[in-house]
Amino acid sequence: MLFAALDWHQLFFALFALITCVFALAVLFTSNVVRMAFYLVISLGATSGLFFLAGAEFVGAMQLMIYVGGTLVLLIFGVMLTAQSRFVSMKTSAGDWVVAAGVGGCLLALLALVAFRVPAWSEPNADVANVALAESKTSTQIGLALSGIRVDKLDQPNEVLRSGMSGYLLPFVIVSVHLLVVLIGAAYMARTKIRADRIDG
Amino acid sequence: MNLMLFGTVTVAQYMLVGAVLFVTGVVCMATKRNALGVLMGIELVLNGANINFIAFGSKYLRPESLGLDGPLIALFVIVLAAGEAAVALAIALNFYNNHTTIDVDRADDLKG
Repeated sequence: MLFAALDWHQLFFALFALITCVFALAVLFTSNVVRMAFYLVISLGATSGLFFLAGAEFVGAMQLMIYVGGTLVLLIFGVMLTAQSRFVSMKTSAGDWVVAAGVGGCLLALLALVAFRVPAWSEPNADVANVALAESKTSTQIGLALSGIRVDKLDQPNEVLRSGMSGYLLPFVIVSVHLLVVLIGAAYMARTKIRADRIDG
Repeated sequence: MNLMLFGTVTVAQYMLVGAVLFVTGVVCMATKRNALGVLMGIELVLNGANINFIAFGSKYLRPESLGLDGPLIALFVIVLAAGEAAVALAIALNFYNNHTTIDVDRADDLKG
């Protein structure tokens, strides 16, 4: 059987990686801003597929909900609010493309070289079958870590170090306040301004 | 080196995808003239970074992984990216209202 012989994990990884990269490049090479937004949706959706394949199912779901469902809808609203015909398709000059392609090509070559040069990163996990399925469910552990309890680091023998790993409660509070500030700030900046002369007159 | 399609998935392959997203985002930020295109480049860069965090935190790809720290940092990146997009969009809309253009090359009021 051909289907039984296929490695589905590998096949889906190749599929999602291909969709992610191709549509990211499509975002770069199209000059139409509406199409850019659509390609970005597909690219980020396929990225969440990569997250699921790496066993981070909670982050994959959040990627779909917050990124694809929230941030990109916001971006598309921005595109719609500014989509006058002369701004929909703005061409980049050829000189800019040449410089950007040179810099980007060098950067990509460097990053790819580094990624494959470290031996520990390019050898596959030998006992992937022994990773327990129960161990892979991370949603509860993530929730507990955000409320200050690291259930995955209980085996730290040093008492002092263990109390230092008190989870992500402080970053969680900071990021919550940050979101509140962002909400107020964005609403303040994007509000309709009443012109001063209209008040005077 | 394992670039073969039908080997086992490794961290390096995830990093290659992340590198492509990162470079695409950087070039996008540099070349797009539409302010919203620059924003989309930023989103691509943040996603490239997130792919690396997830790959290093995955137990499937490497026996000694970051563990839970990888997904947690990725979650914070997602939340911060959402906040960043909201503020940057408000700035872009303000710029559009004041200058009636969204071309970042025209934003040269501070040139002096």
